[in-house]
Amino acid sequence: MRLLWFAVALVVVQGLVAGFAGFVAPYDPVGQDIMARMQGPSAAHWLGTDQFGRDVLSRIIHGSRTSLFVSALAVGVALALGGTLGLVAAFYRGWTDRLVMRAMDVLFAFPVMLLAIGVVAVLGPRQETAAVAIAVVYTPIFARLLRGPALVVCESDYVTGARAAGAGDGRIIFLHVLPNLASVVLVQTSLLLSAAILVEASLSFLGLGTQPPTPSLGLMLAEGRNFLMLAPWPAVFSGMAILLLAFGLNLLGDALRDTLDPRLRGQP
Amino acid sequence: MALRLSALQRLLLARLLDLAVVLVAVSMIVFAMIRLIPGDAVAIMLGANTEVTPDRIAALRAQIGLDRPIHEQYLGWIAKVLRGDLGTSLWTGRPVIDEIAVHVWPTVQLTVLALVLGAGLAVPAGCLMARLRGGGADAAMRIVTVAGLTIPSFWLGIVMILALAMVAPSLQLLGYVPFSVDSVGNVTRLALPAFALGLPILANLSRLVRSAMLDALGQDYIRTARAKGVPERGVVYRHALRNALIPFVTSVGIMTGYLLGGAIVVEQVFAIPGLGRLILGAIAERNYPLLQATILMVTLGFVVVNFLVDLLYLAIDPRVRA
Repeated sequence: MRLLWFAVALVVVQGLVAGFAGFVAPYDPVGQDIMARMQGPSAAHWLGTDQFGRDVLSRIIHGSRTSLFVSALAVGVALALGGTLGLVAAFYRGWTDRLVMRAMDVLFAFPVMLLAIGVVAVLGPRQETAAVAIAVVYTPIFARLLRGPALVVCESDYVTGARAAGAGDGRIIFLHVLPNLASVVLVQTSLLLSAAILVEASLSFLGLGTQPPTPSLGLMLAEGRNFLMLAPWPAVFSGMAILLLAFGLNLLGDALRDTLDPRLRGQP
Repeated sequence: MALRLSALQRLLLARLLDLAVVLVAVSMIVFAMIRLIPGDAVAIMLGANTEVTPDRIAALRAQIGLDRPIHEQYLGWIAKVLRGDLGTSLWTGRPVIDEIAVHVWPTVQLTVLALVLGAGLAVPAGCLMARLRGGGADAAMRIVTVAGLTIPSFWLGIVMILALAMVAPSLQLLGYVPFSVDSVGNVTRLALPAFALGLPILANLSRLVRSAMLDALGQDYIRTARAKGVPERGVVYRHALRNALIPFVTSVGIMTGYLLGGAIVVEQVFAIPGLGRLILGAIAERNYPLLQATILMVTLGFVVVNFLVDLLYLAIDPRVRA
C-alpha cells in the first residue's frame, strides 16, 4: 500500500511538472545562450547547459511533456481501438472472435520496435506518426488483455439479466461489461504507458520521432551523445528523466494490480 | 477420410496451419508497406538521391513492379521471395539478400548473447528472490526489478561507455569484429551492449521465476517430495524449478521480439554494423524495397522462433499433450 502511494505521488508530481512545463521550467527550452555552452550543473543551471547553451533542466521538463503527450495519445487510441475489438470479440464469440483475434495475432507477430519503425518509415518521421506507430503496436495488446476477462464477464448473470431486460448490444458491452473490467484497464494502461514512454524515447533517439528543435527526451539523449566526453550532462540527465517517467508509471501499474486484485499478488 | 491422428499430432497440425496463416498475413502487410506511403512512393524514393524525371519514375516503377495489377504484384513478389530473391538494392544495385546477410550476424549475436545473459542469470536470481520473503525485502526487490525493467537500454549503454571511458580510456568499446577474425575482441565488444540489452529481460524473467517458484513450492507434489525424504536442494531444483520453468520458456519467445527491436537501438549506441544500421540507412535514403525485405526477414525469423518455443512448450509440459 505504501508502495502504491509512493508511485501515485511520483506520477502525479511528474505529470504536474510536465503539464505546467511553461510555468515550471526556469528557462526557454529552445533559447540559446552561446556564452554559456556545455556548462556543468550550477546555481543558475541546475542540470547544466547543452552545446547551444540551452538549459538542460528546462529542456527535460518540456521534453517530458512531449513524451507524456505522445505516449498518452498513443495508448489512449490503442485502448479505445484494441479495447473495443477485444470486447466485441468476447461478446459475439464465434467467427467474429476468430477473425478479430487472428488479425491481432498477425500484428502481434511483428517485433514491437520493428513494427513501430515500419509505420514511421511509411508515414514519415514526425511526432504524430510516432504516436500512430505506438498505437498500432499496442492495439493488439489491449485487445488480448481485455478479451480474456471480458469472456468471463459476458457469461455472468447480470449480463444475461441485461439482455433479458432488452438492453442493446452496445449498451451491454459498454455499460455492463466494460465497467467490470475497470481494474484490468487501469493496471494495463499504466503499465503500457510506461512501455510507450520507452518506445517513444527509442524512436526519437533514432531520429524517427519528434524532430528538432522541439525538446524531446530521446532526441536530447541522441544529441548529447555527440558531446558525451565534453559535456555528459544532457545525455545523462535526459536518460534519467526517461527512466523516472517509465519507472513511476510501471510501479504504479504494479502496485495497482496488487491492490485491486489480491489474487495476483506477487506475480510479475 | 479415416485418418487417425493422435492428440499431439492434431495439435502439431493445428499449430502448423496457424503458422502458415500468420506467415501469409505478415507477408501481405509487409508487401502493402510501399503502397501505403502517402503520395507517389516512387517520386519520394527518387527524390532522396537524384533528380526526379518522368523517365526515371517510369523506370523505377517498372523495376519495383508498381505498373502491374496488385494481385499480380504480390504473387510475383512472393514467388521471388520464396526462391530467395529479395530484389536488388535501389542505389547500390547489390542483391538485397546479400546486404541482409552481411548485417544480420552482429544483430543475431547481440540478441542471443543478451538472451543468454538475461535468461541465464534470471533463474538463479529468481530462486534467490523466492527465498528472500517478507515486507522490506519484497518492496526492495520490487523497486529494483521495476527499475531494471524500465531502464532505457540505450541510456544504460551510453552511461557505461562514459563510465568506462573515465576509468580505462584505452579500452576499445565500440564497433564490431567478427568472431572468426578476433574472437576475444568480438566478445569483449559485445559484452557491454549485451548487458545493456539483457538487463530488462533479467528483471522481467527473474520476477517470473520468483513467482512461479513460490507457486510451485506451495503445491502438493512438493509436500509429497519432502515427505518421502527428498533433500531440500532436490525439492527446489528438481521438483519446483522444473515446473516453474514452463511459464519461463513461453516468455523467452516474446522476449526475443523485444530483444530484436531493442538491438536495433542499442546497435546505434555501440556503433555495431547490424540490422539497425541497415534499416536506419534504408529509411534515410528512402530505400523502401530494402527496408521491406529486412522487416520481412526479421519478422519471419521472430515468428519461426516463437513457433519453436511453442513446440518446446509441448515437449516440457506433459499436460498440453494429454
